[in-house]
Amino acid sequence: MKKTYKLQDLDCANCAAKIENALNSLEGMTKATVSFMTQRLTIEAPDDQFDQVFKQTKKTIRKVEPDVEILA
Amino acid sequence: MKKQQKQLIRIGVAGAGFLALKLIPMIGGFELAGWWELGLYLALYALIGWDILWKAVRNITRGQIFDENLLMSVATVGALCLGDYAEAVAVMLFYQVGEWFQSAAVNKSRRSIASLMDIRPDYANVERDGQLTQVDPEEVSVGESIVVKPGERIPLDGRVVSGSSTLDTSALTGESMPREVHDGEEVISGCINLTGLITVQVEKPYGESTVAKILDLVENSSSKKARAENFITKFARYYTPAVVIAAVLLAVVPPLFLPGFPFGEWVTRALTFLVISCPCALVISIPLSFFGGIGGASKQGVLVKGSNYLEALADTEIVVFDKTGTLTKGNFAVSRIESRLSSDQELLELAAYAERYSSHPISQSIQQAFGGQVDASRLGGVEEIAGHGVKAVVDKKTVLAGNRKLMEREGIAYEDPHEAGTVVHVAVDGRYAGFILIEDQVKEDAARAIQELKRAHVKQTVMLTGDNDATGQKVAKALGLTRAYTGLLPAGKVEKMEELLAQKSPRGKLAFVGDGINDAPVLARADIGIAMGGLGSDAAIEAADVVIMTDEPSKISDVMRISRKTLRIVRQNIVFALAVKAVVLILGALGLANMWAAVFADVGVSVIAILNAMRALRAK
Repeated sequence: MKKTYKLQDLDCANCAAKIENALNSLEGMTKATVSFMTQRLTIEAPDDQFDQVFKQTKKTIRKVEPDVEILA
Repeated sequence: MKKQQKQLIRIGVAGAGFLALKLIPMIGGFELAGWWELGLYLALYALIGWDILWKAVRNITRGQIFDENLLMSVATVGALCLGDYAEAVAVMLFYQVGEWFQSAAVNKSRRSIASLMDIRPDYANVERDGQLTQVDPEEVSVGESIVVKPGERIPLDGRVVSGSSTLDTSALTGESMPREVHDGEEVISGCINLTGLITVQVEKPYGESTVAKILDLVENSSSKKARAENFITKFARYYTPAVVIAAVLLAVVPPLFLPGFPFGEWVTRALTFLVISCPCALVISIPLSFFGGIGGASKQGVLVKGSNYLEALADTEIVVFDKTGTLTKGNFAVSRIESRLSSDQELLELAAYAERYSSHPISQSIQQAFGGQVDASRLGGVEEIAGHGVKAVVDKKTVLAGNRKLMEREGIAYEDPHEAGTVVHVAVDGRYAGFILIEDQVKEDAARAIQELKRAHVKQTVMLTGDNDATGQKVAKALGLTRAYTGLLPAGKVEKMEELLAQKSPRGKLAFVGDGINDAPVLARADIGIAMGGLGSDAAIEAADVVIMTDEPSKISDVMRISRKTLRIVRQNIVFALAVKAVVLILGALGLANMWAAVFADVGVSVIAILNAMRALRAK
């Protein structure tokens, strides 16, 4: 499954890259992309693991860039 | 915007305070007592730098060591410890000014790209229970009727059921000529209704409408990253730690071997290193350039589905074209008449009467060339001879119209024009009357498109077609193509494609241009699949990497130009940012560059790179 979310307060491009790197090393994550320009996060993961991966995604973003928020 | 204004006020206040603190003692001719000086500078430092310090502390507790905020904090707190109060405040101030410019520039470019893609309709006027109600386009279902007034954007794809108007399609196609629509014609969401009021019956839900598809495509385009982008991401991962380690070594090693220098001097030099350690300029400006390039292309009516494709277009060596619908219009027209009767028009008239009941494209083009109305009372019996043509009675004369085989069957001597295209021979009462030559028409800009590709250093332009050799070669010659392969079945096209792929250089790319209807396998096999006439064709938008919304093949060289300009900007930014940083690093290590230069190498370079990146958006 592939889903796109809008990110709020993603202010620096390097932060976007850092979030992307951190997310791609998550277990179960097929592919994560963070676009600084469109302020969008796309995550792709197997259907049965998606909720788990999404939870981990939120946690990771809180850790890496606490100012950035996912708008569901 | 509010956040930005607040930040600006903060910078202004701190800047004024800093100037006052520097100037007042100078003008007044007195010196502040040490404690006063320290206190006041610390207050200013806290005002301008508290958020950076706070983020640095917060991030270090989360294990984020190589963080911009931390590096700035270490650098300025280090300066404070060394007694350079003014320098610490100034550097922090300068850094914040740079950050402010950077976010303003990014916001501005984001907005201008967004406005470019501002084709999202806000509402639809639906007729429900005899009343017009304004609703969200997503709430309109298929089959409902919507009213579009002049000046409004067409919210959903559908068919005009009443009224006629002219439409501005420029947001979708880049084409500035308005298009006329009448009763019964299809309209596409995203166009702006210019003149008349039209009622449209909705044929697709919003999610499947042209507007939604295009927006989705453009928004997702930045997820397919270009090689240059991946390079920068990788580079950034090593750059920061490397500079930080170099800074630590610079602070520790030289004092051990060069005892003459004071320890503080080396620490100051190391601190300037820390300020330059963020790869921000690159990390921001490269994706921004690509995004701008994609935005600029979409303004021209060309949708590029990812930065990687935009990057690949610059290296195009071979462009392979499908013929029908790509280089030619795909509609047949009479190109030559050879008559033995009193006039060409007479021959055309007889053929038009004879072919009156045929719905074949060939007959359609004869009817069109004739232009007049067929008077059914002049027409007697019509007999269709499958695979040959027709035999009809017109004005009590027997008229034969058809191919060579028909003439041979009837034993009539005919003239063979030996020309490409389809020939319709006509005979009247057993006597040969002449022939009509019908050809597919080459698009107006096709020859120019090929020329421009050649000028853009594309090595080969090749045409693949299922048509016969005479027709195919004639078109290829007229357009100046390098080569044409004719008489190909779909499987044969893939085979030829493999051959051509083997001919290009390792870095070179092969682009295939088709209409997206029958050539999905070839589109997929090419390095870059380009679909023409994407407006309204779902298949093309799905299958291709690049979609040309109009029917013009000349857009291929346009988008290649945009691609090259974008890559040029990307290269400029990479070289510029790295060169400035390298120079400042070296000068810093030698003690020739102060922290101001370092801040410029960080945020100043970012701002310049962003401004440069914005040029990609204005590519023509």
